[in-house]
Amino acid sequence: MADLDFEKIGLLVGLEIHQQLNSEKKLFCDCQAELFNEEPDFVFTRRLRPTQSELGQIDAAALFEFKKGIKILYEGTRPTSCLVEMDEEPPHDIDRESLEAALVVSLMLKANPVNEIHVMRKTVIDGSNTTGFQRTAVVALGGEVRMRRFTSPIQHISLEEDAARKISQKDSVLTYRLDRLCIPLVEVATAPLSCTPEEAEEVALRIGQILRASGTAKRGLGTIRQDLNVSIREGNLVEIKGVQKLELVSSVIETEVQRQLSLLEIREELTHRGVEEEDLQDKPQDITRLLADTKCNIIRAALQEKKRVFALKLSGFGGIFGRKLTQSTSFGREVADRVRFWGAVGGILHTDELLAYGITAEEAKALNVALNIEKDDAIVLVAEDLEKCCEALEAVRERAVEALTGVPEETRAALDDGSTRYMRPRPGAARMYPETDVPPIQISQSFLEELRLKIPEPPEKKMGRLLHAYGLNRKLAGQVLNSRFNELFEEIVKETKVSATVVAAFLTETFRALERDGVDVDGVSPQQIMELFKLISAGRMAKEAASDVLVWLTEHPEGQVEEAVETLKLGMLPEREIEVLVDRLIGENRRFLNQRKEDAFGRLMGLVMKQERGRVKADIVRKIVAKKMDQI
Amino acid sequence: MYKGRVSELLVAAEVEIGDTIKISKNGHTYEGVLIPRSEIYDDKHIVIKMRSGYNIGISVNEETSITKIGEGLKPTFSKLTSPEQKRGLPKVTVLSTGGTIASRVDYRTGGVRPALSANELYSIVPELSEVANISTEVVFSLLSEDITPNHWTKIAEYVTRRVEEGVNGVIIAHGTDTMGYTAAALSFALQNLPIPVILVGSQRSSDRPSSDAPSNLVGAVSAAAHAPFAEVAVAMHETVDDDGVIFHRGTKVRKCHTSRRDAFESVNANPIALFKNGQINMLTEHYQKRDKRSRLTTKAEFNEDVALVKFHPGFRTEALSWYINKGFRGLVLQGTGLGHVGSDCIGPLKRAIDKGIIVGMTSQCIWGRINMNVYRTGRELLKIGVIPLGDMLSETGLVKVMWALGQTKDPTEVKTLLLKNVANEFSDRSVFAKY
Repeated sequence: MADLDFEKIGLLVGLEIHQQLNSEKKLFCDCQAELFNEEPDFVFTRRLRPTQSELGQIDAAALFEFKKGIKILYEGTRPTSCLVEMDEEPPHDIDRESLEAALVVSLMLKANPVNEIHVMRKTVIDGSNTTGFQRTAVVALGGEVRMRRFTSPIQHISLEEDAARKISQKDSVLTYRLDRLCIPLVEVATAPLSCTPEEAEEVALRIGQILRASGTAKRGLGTIRQDLNVSIREGNLVEIKGVQKLELVSSVIETEVQRQLSLLEIREELTHRGVEEEDLQDKPQDITRLLADTKCNIIRAALQEKKRVFALKLSGFGGIFGRKLTQSTSFGREVADRVRFWGAVGGILHTDELLAYGITAEEAKALNVALNIEKDDAIVLVAEDLEKCCEALEAVRERAVEALTGVPEETRAALDDGSTRYMRPRPGAARMYPETDVPPIQISQSFLEELRLKIPEPPEKKMGRLLHAYGLNRKLAGQVLNSRFNELFEEIVKETKVSATVVAAFLTETFRALERDGVDVDGVSPQQIMELFKLISAGRMAKEAASDVLVWLTEHPEGQVEEAVETLKLGMLPEREIEVLVDRLIGENRRFLNQRKEDAFGRLMGLVMKQERGRVKADIVRKIVAKKMDQI
Repeated sequence: MYKGRVSELLVAAEVEIGDTIKISKNGHTYEGVLIPRSEIYDDKHIVIKMRSGYNIGISVNEETSITKIGEGLKPTFSKLTSPEQKRGLPKVTVLSTGGTIASRVDYRTGGVRPALSANELYSIVPELSEVANISTEVVFSLLSEDITPNHWTKIAEYVTRRVEEGVNGVIIAHGTDTMGYTAAALSFALQNLPIPVILVGSQRSSDRPSSDAPSNLVGAVSAAAHAPFAEVAVAMHETVDDDGVIFHRGTKVRKCHTSRRDAFESVNANPIALFKNGQINMLTEHYQKRDKRSRLTTKAEFNEDVALVKFHPGFRTEALSWYINKGFRGLVLQGTGLGHVGSDCIGPLKRAIDKGIIVGMTSQCIWGRINMNVYRTGRELLKIGVIPLGDMLSETGLVKVMWALGQTKDPTEVKTLLLKNVANEFSDRSVFAKY
């Protein structure tokens, strides 16, 4: 990949970064903006109907879902959802805290806040919104993200409600949880940028940094999500939804470029073979009888359930299904994903893999004869009920036809490994109309002036300060900058005598290590951490004991830091007790001390430190040991 | 629409709603389609819909300049394709009075338009074409709160005509706020119905995919076409789920929630029927049966000189005097508890009754039956001639007094009518049930 010339390929990337806000309330009601994991307090079912717009252009996927008779089950708890999320009450006034946060982000990005905000309804009928639309509003236009080598222009910044969480999909019932619905999100959308995948990721990271620096971002997995719009010349615009980590942006883009390039190669191959749409008009054929005694497990299982097997001939597609598109996907997988969306079938089998699935050479031969297969042709099999077989194979045929023109325009979902998967056809132009239940919100100049005072220091400036004023190395400074404790760090350094490096390492590396070990450090409050450092600073506990205290605090949510120090016996040993200890050790080791006078000091120091590590300071021990040795 | 300074600027720039315009101000430019602005908002902002689909408002100052860059984009609604109509289905008429049970959205301009023709209904709610052969008629287009007793009369006349034409059922699409009153009025006005007359509304506007309108409409049309009852009923969601439509008797139904889909409740009575999974199940054995041979009697006159008066602590008796002096013919009291008003009201009420004004008593408790024998005030009110209206809803009581006074001028006859159970407005028994 490294040798790809992205400029030549014509790569264009648009980023849409969605950041959940850490607001007290949801965007259009007073519910807690938190997720729940316990059993729901209530459930209810709904159906969503494609909107009654210009029906000719209705969202094909949406209409399809509706026709399938999809029912949507919503789960909620009382603290996190009210009648507003249930679509049983009009929205309340927009949450001021979130509005201010979105405007502060806009000012940080040098965008131009709009004079009057109009909340819109963006039609979404996959069930993720009980209303059938998402409430969203542009709060500012323009702006830019300045990078060292280039500048990425911002298209707009909007404030919108998050969608409900999808829990499961079984047959015709979709289950969503209402808790996430209506949690405020800030969306930063860049203009399409001609850049390399790495540069796109840099922009995403910088936007993420600015969002975090605003001080109003929620933290944790799933609180920041990226959608990417990726296209290359001759390819098509593909929308990739839900990249969960900023660090995945470049690999997702690279993989998508690779996928589009491979699809263009397939197009070329098919053109070369002279395949045209008319060649792909064969009807699916019932071949159940041909495979009646097959050893192929998948088909045998289907036949036992009295299902049928249908085959579709695709002229000129021989070898195409097995072709790799990217490291982890093939054209066959691409088609299978499409089929799963349009038909309720588990999967497909194609010529390039039949033998691997236990179809014998004789069976394959018989198939070839039955379907009149020639050298360059392919066969796709589906084992299901008659109707589902036909639906599935029609989807296969459609996807094959699309391969003739290269890359289909579509919406794909990002997976954790950086690959993507077909999600649905790309919706047409955004279907938006005004949310008349929320009056327009005017943004006065004086209000903006007030907000300007709340703009936090830009991350690049803070980075400079961390490096120079606090003397942190670049790695630690970067970690502090991206940490949720970046403000606490400065407070601790200001209020205590503990060294900046120690504080920084503790707040970033120690926390991360504990998190990795499964310690739930989120519950520890900034006040408790401050208290901890004050005790260290006052010499009442050793810095080495800090992580033990932290662990204790996570296990005792109501506990105090002092209590932890006491319970864990981590308090500093008074000098008098150190003296007693040294006396005792001298007594126990008298022979050694007499024989090897030159090593005596080091030996005693070592013994004391080993026994009381975390409760004594080395310089005090050194002083006492020296004094005691003089007395020997 | 635009007014004041903004309007002048738009006129000067020769732009109209729907035109694509460019606005320049303080070094920023904005492009989009000019969108109408609600009159209740200020005259300092222009609203445009940008290419992204978002609307924004731009404040106007001395430096603002507006230029037209594209010709008018008017809301357009392409022709709909409706499913093929099955033959031999029952005939159902949908009368619309306002509110919208179906509407269409034009996303380019954000315009919402009600869908009223049968074809539009079929294409928006395709299931309907398999249930009934629908015809539609617009009676008027009014917000629910603007509907008056005159409109009840007019609706009753429309229904009568359709019944005479032999349709199998009539639907009345109605705004929900006063749908209960209209249902009561039609229950009194349309006697001995041969077919069901179903009022239907929605609590979520029909432009949104989650609207309750389509499922309410499917339930209502199914009942109009096939239900075994021949009464006036209100069809709305049974619960907050989208799978049950329940039918409340016209005289016993009340809107009890401001916003929920299941806002309507049968008070002091069982609902008549439930539509679920494509089936109508009767929930009571006591109902008037659908029967082609029944001969409808329409008695659609109402007298508007009637008021519903709610008693409350601190109630000023001058209010009663005002009604008496203004020539009101009937008062329905919404008393406390079992049917009481402050003892200082007894004098003015006696004066009213002596002047021939009909005074009926209902309870502000909503649920339960009044009983004016239990406490002294009640007994005194009975003695001066206040008519106890049993377990009738206050709203139904008001409508019934309006209706009774529309039928006869004779106070004794009015009183007899009021105490007679005309349309199941009274129940004889108070069954132990949730309220």
